[in-house]
Amino acid sequence: MAIPKVMGTEIEYGITVKNDRDFDPISSCVLLVNAYREEQAAKILWDYDQENPLADARGFQVDGEKYTPNQQENIARNKTLENGARYYVDHAHPEYSCPEVTNPHDLVVHEKAGERILEFSRREATAMLPEGTLMLIHKNNSDHKGNSYGSHENYLMDRRTSFKQIVEHLMPFFVSRQVYSGSGKVGSENRGQPCQYQLSQRADFFETEVALDTMVKRPIINTRDEPHADREKYRRLHVIVGDANMSEYSIYLRQGATAIVLAMIEDGAIDKDLSLRDPVRSIKEVSHDPSCRRTVELASGRQLTAVQMQLEFLEMAQKYVASREVAPWAADVLEKWGTVLSALERDPLELADRIDWVIKQVMIERFLERKGHDWQSPQAQMLDLQYHDLRPDKGLYYLLERQGQVVRLVTDQEITTAITEPPEDTRAYFRGQCLKRYGDEVFGVNWDSISFGIGDEPIKRVLMAEPLKGSKQHVQELLDRSKTAAELVKNLRA
Amino acid sequence: MKRIQRTTRVIGDADAASLGIAMAADATQKQKKGGGDGDGGGEKGGEGGKKLAKKGEALKEEMDALVDEIDEVLEENAEEFVKNYVQRGGQ
Repeated sequence: MAIPKVMGTEIEYGITVKNDRDFDPISSCVLLVNAYREEQAAKILWDYDQENPLADARGFQVDGEKYTPNQQENIARNKTLENGARYYVDHAHPEYSCPEVTNPHDLVVHEKAGERILEFSRREATAMLPEGTLMLIHKNNSDHKGNSYGSHENYLMDRRTSFKQIVEHLMPFFVSRQVYSGSGKVGSENRGQPCQYQLSQRADFFETEVALDTMVKRPIINTRDEPHADREKYRRLHVIVGDANMSEYSIYLRQGATAIVLAMIEDGAIDKDLSLRDPVRSIKEVSHDPSCRRTVELASGRQLTAVQMQLEFLEMAQKYVASREVAPWAADVLEKWGTVLSALERDPLELADRIDWVIKQVMIERFLERKGHDWQSPQAQMLDLQYHDLRPDKGLYYLLERQGQVVRLVTDQEITTAITEPPEDTRAYFRGQCLKRYGDEVFGVNWDSISFGIGDEPIKRVLMAEPLKGSKQHVQELLDRSKTAAELVKNLRA
Repeated sequence: MKRIQRTTRVIGDADAASLGIAMAADATQKQKKGGGDGDGGGEKGGEGGKKLAKKGEALKEEMDALVDEIDEVLEENAEEFVKNYVQRGGQ
């Protein structure tokens, strides 16, 4: 039986400082993450010892230098937060990796909490900048000039499932899911076919089918094999093909449908071969067609639209869910997935209140029409960009949200809580609680470990190889009887 | 800073496996390179048609107001902003 789909996202945000001729992205990122003041985060290391980004899921190790910053740099660039998240500087972008969650609803809540944390620190950071300058953060994936940065999803998978099977079934799924997970983009780049508007921010950047790379020659399926958990039992499927979504509905459906398909792959429940003749070409063809009518060619010679491909996955998923015990959230995902696909078949514009690329397309169209601009105007690109602006008063997605123009799936209260509170049903609970309770003695953190420096004793590392353990149910009693880190360590060893 | 310069050392085994969390049996070994709505029906003509037209008008007004609100917050110097928005490639 498929294992629970523990999940999380890592979002790299766009960063710029307006009116700063000497804008330096890296120092701006450092200023930003350090402007977010959680007391303890200021001196806790990110524990790089157990990281291995060069292991390939196809069973080999790739040559290369592993990045290990010195301690001062480490602390300046990495913040582990009390909600269990990691907030850090990755290359030239601020990145927010949300804590591990067990379902798409909580994922939306925690990804949205990340937006607020970035916005909070943006305000604080701007206050430290010279007068007249303004830091801006965008939750997007491209600068429209050929530079892209990622929004990655992670899903826990059973190590026993062959990677070949995963690749085979996921490829057509990823190529077609853009119809609800795309964030929308004005124009094309990276030598893509010219177009007015397309579904995805990222599709233009995928140049190969399967590989370990994330920064050049990006693959539709990434092979990084770094489970951050018991590697005998698990793999962490690292998905780099997605867009940074603003819409709660798009985030929810992206995560939910993908998790269900992954469970089906684990259970051998995909009995149709939807392999594409040329996935790299098809992902762009699908993205470049806002009518959602264009067909792509399957290896079998069949011609299907992306919506028809998704309907095939949905039909298999409905049978799968009906035939066994599945996660309680699956039924709601199937319902929303079906509603969206039906609307896409009739007229994608019906989704102007819920799916990112349609919300954005309709917003831009209305604006251009009323103000007399065209799709090639700087205003069109500006609208695209500002849709992703994190400022609540200027960000256009937030404006539409405030005006009741977009469907919400979570509450502001839930998001506010997630800024400071970890999910209760994964190891993120233990991580977050340790920071809250024993922050002074936390020495270093990674996804699957937390180490303590108590007095002059050697550092003690607690391993968390099971993503579902360390939940509130598992550790509350232990935490409550451990008043100090020393007591916690003693109780763990007892 | 002094505190964080200590290295991780071997510590005793501990079995909290039932909690899924366990003390590292040999932390030193791990220290390799440390440091670092839909639109509704299309009914036309007659009373229903008039009602729909009215509704359509109201909707258009609402949308125009929304566009004006967007225009108010939209970056004034769009051309320059878009031109200067350059990011370094990421993952």
